[in-house]
Amino acid sequence: MTTATSAPEYPRAALPEARGRAGLAGAILSEWTKIRTVRSTYWTIFALAVISLGLAAGVSWGQATALKDPHRHIIAVDATATPLFMFLLLGPLVIAVLGALVITSEYSTGMVRTSLTVQPRRAVVYAAKLAVFAVLAFVVSIVIAFAAFFIGQSMLSSAGVSVTLSHPNTLRAIFGAALYVTAAGLLAYALGAILRHTAGAIALAAVILLVFQLMVGFLPTSWQNEVIRWLPTSSWQPLVSTHPSVNPHLFSIWPQFGVTAGWVVVLLIIGGVLFRTRDA
Amino acid sequence: MIEVRGLTKRYGAKTAVDGLSFTVEPGKVTGFLGPNGAGKTTTMRCILGLDYPTSGWATIDGKKYSELEYPMREVGALLDAKAVHGGRSAYSHLLCLAQTNGLPKRRVREVLELVGLEDVAKKRSKGFSLGMGQRLGIAATLLGDPKVVMFDEPVNGLDPEGILWVRNFMKSLAAEGRTVLVSSHLMSEMENTADHLVVIGRGKLIADCTMDEFIARKSGSEVSVRTPSPDELVLAIAAEGGQAKTGKDGTLTVTGVTAEKVGDIAFDKSIRLHELATQRASLESVFMELTHDSVEYRAEA
Repeated sequence: MTTATSAPEYPRAALPEARGRAGLAGAILSEWTKIRTVRSTYWTIFALAVISLGLAAGVSWGQATALKDPHRHIIAVDATATPLFMFLLLGPLVIAVLGALVITSEYSTGMVRTSLTVQPRRAVVYAAKLAVFAVLAFVVSIVIAFAAFFIGQSMLSSAGVSVTLSHPNTLRAIFGAALYVTAAGLLAYALGAILRHTAGAIALAAVILLVFQLMVGFLPTSWQNEVIRWLPTSSWQPLVSTHPSVNPHLFSIWPQFGVTAGWVVVLLIIGGVLFRTRDA
Repeated sequence: MIEVRGLTKRYGAKTAVDGLSFTVEPGKVTGFLGPNGAGKTTTMRCILGLDYPTSGWATIDGKKYSELEYPMREVGALLDAKAVHGGRSAYSHLLCLAQTNGLPKRRVREVLELVGLEDVAKKRSKGFSLGMGQRLGIAATLLGDPKVVMFDEPVNGLDPEGILWVRNFMKSLAAEGRTVLVSSHLMSEMENTADHLVVIGRGKLIADCTMDEFIARKSGSEVSVRTPSPDELVLAIAAEGGQAKTGKDGTLTVTGVTAEKVGDIAFDKSIRLHELATQRASLESVFMELTHDSVEYRAEA
């Protein structure tokens, strides 16, 4: 037993000299390590790719087959939107799983206590996690969107309706699709921070991304027309459609996406405030 | 050095920590003791900034925890060894922690070796035994070579070998001049480890003293004696002002005279003794006595 009251010098491990303070750069490196070293990341990205690309091929093939059927008369085909359709419908739900897990797994495993002990400046942790997930989600989404587009065109070319990237609004549709799916992931991340519970966050994300739309369908038409432009999900159709907007009750394309972004930003702020102020 | 002053933490109507003040000094192992639910973990969480105190404060070398430039270089804390993502390998877990504080990768390998986990570094920690999990947690606390280390119930559930390892480890950390705070609800655990004690019950300070002072609080020590002629000895002791009780197995428990005196009496009367020992008041019994009123969940008799 040592009873020394004054601290003797102890051998320090050879660590580099510390300058400044632990900040965002280290936190981002750390969050990148975290996200790439768990299997759930790979599984959700794999699921997103398989569902989006498989259905892009399926839907495009179906469309091409229908076009070649002499008994059916299809007036207009949006060759850009066709292969992106299922990516936009189901992709948000899959990316939402990853977005929620990025933060809720910290709570379910207890890791958050370790994370906030090594970096007690919580805004830094929240922002780093958000940034790493956002970049990963966008990169994955844009790759899948391009792949879906090309797979779709290869199917549609047999019916003679395929388009190239130089077609008007096609690049906007592809980038827009990736942005929308990323936004859905960020929405789930915010819900994860608010609820701190994986299943709860995913379920609520599904309600916002899917059920709201369906519920609005039950409202009287005059109400529907007022409400629909404020839904976070109303932006994806105008965004990927290369034909002029069909619904006169929506804002124009980018302001409508602004509504989606607005939902995400508000929820992210609420999540961030709660992340900082609640006991971990 | 850890300073806690007037720390109070309420969760709704429940007061977990109530005006607690104490100081943990470097170079020794300070045992942080109290029955389950006494507020030990809450106090540690407040020191680390995981929970926000209702009032009062805690500092590490004079700074609030959240203001430490590189927290891992100042403090290594292990509150719960299970607070890791089990799907991540030991190496990746330590790496992601090291990166937050700009610590080099080689430091991760160093601490893995230090705790003897280098062979399972690439394995997911989900499959780790309790002892291995504890070592991984301890490895994480050492990454930044901190001046202060805090462990919450570090030997809970460990096998004897693991307990010994943790115990020796804490002693060596203190011997290196670090500040070591280790909590436990078991007095016996501290008997072999701690130099100084901070004892709390129901969130309030009960004792803040050295181990010896703490034991000295127990009034009166006992002497146990075994002899083939107990009746004779009982009378002789009574004549000298002591009391002796015969226990179940024939051992006499003597109070009021010292072991030396009992030996002298026996020698004078030519009574043969087979055993003579002072019963040091066990830490456990002192602890029970002191915290008697502060046990939160006492079984109704």
